[in-house]
Amino acid sequence: MSDSALAADTKPWRSAAARPFISIRNITKRFDDVTAVDDVSLDIYQGELFCLLGGSGCGKSTLLRMMAGFETPTAGQILIDGQDMAGVPADKRPTNMMFQSYALFPHMSVEKNVAYGLLREGKSRAEAYGRVAEMLKLVKLEAQARRKPHQLSGGQRQRVALARALVKQPKLLLLDEPLGALDKKLREETQFELIRIQETLGVTFIVVTHDQDEAMTLATRIGVMNEGVIRQIGEPREIYESPNSRYVADFIGSVNLFEGQVADTAAPIAVETGDLGVMQAQGSDGSVTAGQTVWLALRPERIALSRAEPAAKPGLNVLPGVVEDVAYMGHMSHFRVRLANGRMLRVTMSNRLHDEDPITWDEAVFASWAASAMRVLVE
Amino acid sequence: MSALTQNVLWRGTARVMGLVGIRGRTLVIAVPMLWLLLFFLVPFVVLGRISLAEPMIARPPYSPLWERGPDGSLQIIASLENYRFLLSDALYRNAYLSSIRIAVVSTVFALLIGYPIAYFIARSPEPRRSVLLLMVILPFWTSFLLRVYAWMGFLRREGVINNTLVGLGVIDEPLVLMQTDLAVYIGIVYTYLPFMILPLYANLVKLDSALLEAAGDLGASPMVTFFTVTLPLSLPGIVAGSMLVFIPAIGEYVIPALLGGPDTLMIGRVLWDEFFSSRDWPVASAVAIVMLFLVVAPIMWLQSVQNRRALD
Repeated sequence: MSDSALAADTKPWRSAAARPFISIRNITKRFDDVTAVDDVSLDIYQGELFCLLGGSGCGKSTLLRMMAGFETPTAGQILIDGQDMAGVPADKRPTNMMFQSYALFPHMSVEKNVAYGLLREGKSRAEAYGRVAEMLKLVKLEAQARRKPHQLSGGQRQRVALARALVKQPKLLLLDEPLGALDKKLREETQFELIRIQETLGVTFIVVTHDQDEAMTLATRIGVMNEGVIRQIGEPREIYESPNSRYVADFIGSVNLFEGQVADTAAPIAVETGDLGVMQAQGSDGSVTAGQTVWLALRPERIALSRAEPAAKPGLNVLPGVVEDVAYMGHMSHFRVRLANGRMLRVTMSNRLHDEDPITWDEAVFASWAASAMRVLVE
Repeated sequence: MSALTQNVLWRGTARVMGLVGIRGRTLVIAVPMLWLLLFFLVPFVVLGRISLAEPMIARPPYSPLWERGPDGSLQIIASLENYRFLLSDALYRNAYLSSIRIAVVSTVFALLIGYPIAYFIARSPEPRRSVLLLMVILPFWTSFLLRVYAWMGFLRREGVINNTLVGLGVIDEPLVLMQTDLAVYIGIVYTYLPFMILPLYANLVKLDSALLEAAGDLGASPMVTFFTVTLPLSLPGIVAGSMLVFIPAIGEYVIPALLGGPDTLMIGRVLWDEFFSSRDWPVASAVAIVMLFLVVAPIMWLQSVQNRRALD
């Protein structure tokens, strides 16, 4: 199998020929005069674990609820496996949802909660409870089958909610902040558990989250949402390394942004930033025009600090500065370097090698980075 | 008085009371205990004592609890004769059964009418809810007696209902509505409906709408969701509302007296007759005490069921 065929198989969104499993077409949702979701289009492929990432009120939950059938779109179309969902009520959709609050039925035991959906399908009790037992085994809750939800820990409840949503073998599982109510340590363990279960069952997952680490860990692709609009869709690496806007660059991770005017449109693109002089940045030919105002995004970990001035090389940016702050985190150190014009540059250096004489406060240093580390953003 | 002296006074008082075994905790519990003792237990004991006496033409109209015999010895006069009489006389048995029947039927109808109303209010948007609740409570601001009289205006032979129906040509002859059991049911359900709605509303408004969505998401139609999720979770509200309707309904006097016919036999009316017409206080007391146990028994049973559920 060739490399590109493999990529098309596991990353169908890279191939133009692949048929999307879920198609969201120009979906808009207005509540009175508030537009929660504004003309969103999105394709999601079979077996994906897609994360909708955004702050509170960005419309991600509304989008999810429209897919589940709890909200009716004001305009637009949702297709699941080729079938238009307009007019299909929630109880007839091939989707299941895992609620942020879990929404477990408090008057039913764990196994009754999980069996609920199967019994509604008209499955016999024997068959339903057989499947329930399998599912509880998958989420490691066999021992708690007879307990009531209030007798379980937060993590156990989360797994009951997952089992209840998965037992019906939905085509699409919608997860609303699935790990939001768990503490940090449990959340990290559960992330990988969630991926294991998703891969075991091969169900398509759409996860809504405000936690970028969660999205980066879980997702095959991320859709960054803001004010009802999807700002960028891409694989986690793509979103982080090649953000398409200042908003996305700033939202995911930490970034240094510089404003300037394009001086030379040939790669590497030269940008005049005023006080800090001309900077060289990565960018394809013809993406910008001379004189255009652009922003340069630079990740803190792509910058090197040195006491001696690095030798000048084509495509290397060098700026002098003074270390204002150092935060030693163990595996890495965060620096804040004051540049000549007074602005602060955030720098992160990994402590991979043992350094007897690390750079410290008030030292004069040179910050350097390659043109390829710097992205040109036009919006 | 300075804060310091006040503090010293409080502490001193607390210490002195602590010496004789009275603590703050005891005092806090003592107030409601005293209330119950004074206004519930004492009258109950008095009633119990009268129910064991014999009727007499005297003031008060019953035999004293003890008597000096001719030889000066103390004789206690108490008998269960009144209770034996209650059980042997079909009138009382029928009155009890009929009271229970009327109370049960009224409670069921109040539940059937009250549940949808409570559900509707609980599902209404927040600002509208308080208005709707106010409308439920509003009738309480006019006299209860007046409202029952108003029903007479509706139900009587030349009343609003009959006039309308005859006027519309639906019926030729006026219906007999007044002085029937139906009129009593209408009166009781109308009067006690708010007592059913309010606890149901308090329960239903707390119901997490995510649970209903979850049920729908798992393939339950709205009807199935209601019977498998909403109804079982609102059981405490149903029990509370039913108790609040059943208990006053079983001892109701005014409504059957005004709206009911001569055949409408309810224990409240028997009680009135015994006390004021026959002036047979001992039998009336016995009637009241038996009724108390008829009402208390189901409550105790429900309480124990609920406690067992809570522990589960």
